[in-house]
Amino acid sequence: MSEPNTQKKNSRMVVKLLAIVVGMFGFGFALVPLYDVLCDALGINGKPSDTAAVYEAVEIDESRLITVDFITRTNTGMPWEFRSETRQVKVHPGQLNKVNFYVKNSAKTEIVGQAVPSISPGTAALYMNKTECFCFEQQTLKAGEEVLMPMQFYVDPQIPENITYFTLQYTLYNVTATADVVAMN
Amino acid sequence: MTTATDNTHIDDHHDDDGHHEHHIPPGLKRWLYTTNHKDIGTLYLWFAFIMFLIGGAMAMVIRAELFQPGLQIVEPNFFNQMTTVHGLIMVFGAVMPAFTGLANWLVPMMIGAPDMALPRMNNWSFWILPFAFLILLSSLFMEGGGPAFGWTFYAPLSTTYSNDGTALFVFAVHIMGASSIMGAINVIVTIFNMRAPGMTWMKMPLFVWTWLITAFLLIAVMPVLAGAVTMVLTDKFFGTSFFDAAGGGDPVMFQHIFWFFGHPEVYIMILPAFGIISQIIPTFARKPLFGYASMVYATASIALLSFIVWAHHMFTTGMPVAAELFFMFATMLISVPTGVKVFNWVATMWRGSMTFEVPMLFAIAFIVLFTIGGLSGLMLAIVPVDFQYHDTYFVVAHFHYVLVTGAIFSIMAAVYYWLPKWTGKMFHIGLAKWHFWCSLVSVNVLFFPMHFVGLAGMPRRIPDYALQFADFNKWISIGGFAFGLSQLIFLALLIKACKKQGDPVSNQVWEGAEGLEWEIPSPAPYHSFETPPVVK
Repeated sequence: MSEPNTQKKNSRMVVKLLAIVVGMFGFGFALVPLYDVLCDALGINGKPSDTAAVYEAVEIDESRLITVDFITRTNTGMPWEFRSETRQVKVHPGQLNKVNFYVKNSAKTEIVGQAVPSISPGTAALYMNKTECFCFEQQTLKAGEEVLMPMQFYVDPQIPENITYFTLQYTLYNVTATADVVAMN
Repeated sequence: MTTATDNTHIDDHHDDDGHHEHHIPPGLKRWLYTTNHKDIGTLYLWFAFIMFLIGGAMAMVIRAELFQPGLQIVEPNFFNQMTTVHGLIMVFGAVMPAFTGLANWLVPMMIGAPDMALPRMNNWSFWILPFAFLILLSSLFMEGGGPAFGWTFYAPLSTTYSNDGTALFVFAVHIMGASSIMGAINVIVTIFNMRAPGMTWMKMPLFVWTWLITAFLLIAVMPVLAGAVTMVLTDKFFGTSFFDAAGGGDPVMFQHIFWFFGHPEVYIMILPAFGIISQIIPTFARKPLFGYASMVYATASIALLSFIVWAHHMFTTGMPVAAELFFMFATMLISVPTGVKVFNWVATMWRGSMTFEVPMLFAIAFIVLFTIGGLSGLMLAIVPVDFQYHDTYFVVAHFHYVLVTGAIFSIMAAVYYWLPKWTGKMFHIGLAKWHFWCSLVSVNVLFFPMHFVGLAGMPRRIPDYALQFADFNKWISIGGFAFGLSQLIFLALLIKACKKQGDPVSNQVWEGAEGLEWEIPSPAPYHSFETPPVVK
């Protein structure tokens, strides 16, 4: 009973509203990269960079000492032994350090693992620069195989004065089911 | 606000009643094919009521298990399914469809439109709903059972640790979302394009205003929910890693996406309630609503603020202090427009000639009890104490005060207020008063002690509890059973009303009622306002 004029107005409006619906559906997915970008930019959520930093012309700040703790754990369904050879280091900002992590595949099958780092307090993550890390790629271990995995890092001299202590935790996940073919070779 | 109409138009239609050019098909076909806003409104309301009873039956299972400490009646996994499906049904099956039903019945009558703008889509948006809930409920009877991860379906509970029935949950939520979005689009288009001449924006009844704003919230956030369930689906079945840390995702991100939907969602469930109360209080106080314009602006500001407070549900996830402070203060800010509303309702009653008919009883109970829920919400907004309250029964008490004694009491108030207009007969007042007083007492026995056990540390969503909570839980369960039984009085009353039993009522029904819907005959004819009234 609406006049043709009203009907035209109605359908124009429906199209506009559907555009909002589609846009908001897209926005839901856009939140995924947005979340990562914000976490990176603001250094929240304890996610350190997942690419190697270059150690070049870094000044060492000898006046300060930062304590870094290392914690390791394996996720449910990951039958590896995993520990840090060093429990704690005290470092000067800017100084290059190396820590070894020990892993052993205690299972009877080949397993692919992926270590995921997390830093607490989260704000310290911005200043944790790794030049070399096993967490940058997946690790494949044959049954019973054991290795020492190195991790090299330096703390950015820009780190705020109030951060004197932070913890780096690695969690090992079993990713055999979804592992990249490249990593298997 | 004046909504006096040109009465000659209305009298013309009265004569039309019953022998209109459109033939109404008999029996089931009438309801399957209907594009009439009143039929669809009725369908929505009955559907919501049936879902309310089903979801309520699940709450009875929960309370029966929690009557005593220890595990005695159900398996923990089944208990988890009950809490999950109870929440999903009450939110998406009871409260939201009930509000949509009220919008269908009332918005066209209130703005002087002959029907909703998109009647065919209206039919669709209702008729896909029963299938969504059929899918959800049938998953309870399948191998592994239904969803057991809470209505918030946090990853990894809904991804890594859920059963294959999760796919059914995801599709059910997709259909519910599509239904809500279509309903919301219909309401917006109707209000924008179908208002009677002279029905300017600031003359619209507040129920229409609050629904318009709710509809915008719906089309903004229901698609985000659809995205979230889609990500859960692909994470679980297609190897993506949105929420899986091993693949570079983050389970905390799930909570951000979910609550970006979830917080506007809680206002979707309360803004129409504000509209209903703003219609009822002036009628029985026999005074115009105090601060009409401020009510409109308060509603709009609550809706806008709802987009920037989501993370107050996640204070314990390890956010930076700056973010915690931001979300704390933004949340507290919402109590300002909400306070404006409560004060306006009280000021409307102040020195009014108040009478206490059943809709008014529910409306006053709403104001008092919703305010209790609002205040416990304010407590939960405070970051340092939220660490203590998080995931305890204090939270359960809070959101049941705002949703049961808030949203659901407002829906009951609305049904009692407009039922005589719909059926043409006064409902059974004796039964209605029994329903009100039994519900009022039992709902407080049910939810008030939850504050205490929550503050003492009883966690939510757990089928067992420490011995010291036993006495309180016994009372809570007794209140729960009593509240459940009280709703059967409502069922009896509604059946009597639908059989058209009761005394005939006048067009105005209530002495102080004002608005276009009170100027058409009671019962409201199948087609009303085919020629638009002129609002002066």
